[in-house]
Amino acid sequence: MNSPVRQSTDPSGDRVISRHTFLVRATHWINALCFAFLLLSGLQIFNAHPSLNFGNRTDFDHPFFQLSAHQDADGDIKGVATIFGKAINTTGLLGASRDEGGELAPRGFPSWATIPSYQDLATGRRWHFFFAWILAINGLVYFFNLFARRHIRDFLPTFSEWREIPHAIVEHARLRFPKGDAALRYNVLQKLAYLSVIVAFPLLILAGLTMSPSIDATFPWLVSLFGGRQSARSIHFLVAFYLVGFILVHLAMVLISGFLNNMRSMITGRYKIEEETP
Amino acid sequence: MKRASSLSRRQTLLRMVAGAGALGLAACDRVSRSVSGMSVIDSAENVTRTIQRALMAPREALAPEYSPADISPGFKPNGSVDPDDPDYIAARDEKFVNWKLQVSGLVERPLQLSLQELRQMPSRTQITRHDCVEGWSCIGKWKGALLKNILDAAGLKPSTRYIALHCADQLEQTLDGSGQYYETIDLVDAYHPQTILAYELNDEDLPVSHGAPLRLRVERQLGYKMAKYVMGIEAIDSFEKMGRGKGGFWEDRGYEWYAGI
Repeated sequence: MNSPVRQSTDPSGDRVISRHTFLVRATHWINALCFAFLLLSGLQIFNAHPSLNFGNRTDFDHPFFQLSAHQDADGDIKGVATIFGKAINTTGLLGASRDEGGELAPRGFPSWATIPSYQDLATGRRWHFFFAWILAINGLVYFFNLFARRHIRDFLPTFSEWREIPHAIVEHARLRFPKGDAALRYNVLQKLAYLSVIVAFPLLILAGLTMSPSIDATFPWLVSLFGGRQSARSIHFLVAFYLVGFILVHLAMVLISGFLNNMRSMITGRYKIEEETP
Repeated sequence: MKRASSLSRRQTLLRMVAGAGALGLAACDRVSRSVSGMSVIDSAENVTRTIQRALMAPREALAPEYSPADISPGFKPNGSVDPDDPDYIAARDEKFVNWKLQVSGLVERPLQLSLQELRQMPSRTQITRHDCVEGWSCIGKWKGALLKNILDAAGLKPSTRYIALHCADQLEQTLDGSGQYYETIDLVDAYHPQTILAYELNDEDLPVSHGAPLRLRVERQLGYKMAKYVMGIEAIDSFEKMGRGKGGFWEDRGYEWYAGI
């Protein structure tokens, strides 16, 4: 989405613009693929120690988040998610879920959400670091383009846009999306959402690297930046789930704001502008 | 009517997405279980080691050290906590007074060092963070003999590439003895100023649960590299013929030899 926008007209008279450059489209799909593998292998890794702490050392008795399994009075296994001391019964999904044989078994995240599906930390780590490298290299290409071609300007809200936020929220809630010239650029909510992702990915990678004892010897300031290795682990987890939340909203918006047009623009680059009806 | 058909269309779409996801995950499991599939995935380890080592300038960059206030109230013992090897039990019961560390392999002077002799060698005390591959961390104060001094006293032959650590514990009961714990590190880590054979934890004799009488500390790697119950160290040029050939107990079971992350 570089300005000035190249545009043409399609047979029906609608304007068709060239919205995403090849580099943006390629890095988008590579990133999406890597994130899927990283998320599922990451949940496998998390399952080896399904609790979160802040600080440098683990306080095994007081994690702020924990998935665990308990046996109730009848001998049945119950899955429990504990958040800041508050226990929630999550049997079947978190803490305890059905294994390959259909039996309830203790397990942080369920087998359908992990790579591999069975408990195997070593293999989960192998998948995770393989796709982490591809994600990081892909990210470097994207960020170079972002700044070298000043693509970042497409995401920075202008002064007047900040005041439009309440109005934009109301319009989005009514599922009324910008048309005509206003659809040529991102609206303020899109800008902020994409900007948050542009910040979240480097944060996710840095928090991940901070868990590495070797990286910590080379860049000790990273541990201080995140407030300890266990804090970095928790931030890595929370940012990953922020991105899961973003992706759910992103997919919903892609579906309801013109699915085929949106998909075409991220595959071929061509995006049709719907004109405002008088 | 239209509503119903769009609902079922949505359901079909959702089912297709779920089905594609399940197929994808089943494919991941197949790759995970295949040797050739994993050889591609495993290539990341070499990239990680090469880049992390290249970033390490100077090569002896120290792992962060902490203050006494940071020490974990209960340092979690992991892996073996009470080896059942008869020779080990006999040595443990006499508080290791007749026990000796064997230094062998590609060395000019094979050595046998008593705990007393090790305590008289130059030592280092460090409060460091122990990061388990599972994800947790504990902080403890370790005191031990610098591995570098032991290796220099024995005199490494030029063909030495790795130092192997032979341990007293069998972490997995096997018929062929491949459940015996062992580890290997390269000379970059063996000569690192924080690499010690620790005989004290938190100002007390190393407890049995933490690897008495001697445990390796390689502070820039994960916990499973830090072999407990070290009975002997051996200078070697290859670890292909040890255990199952991957350079360590956990390495033989799929974990990375380079555990820097």
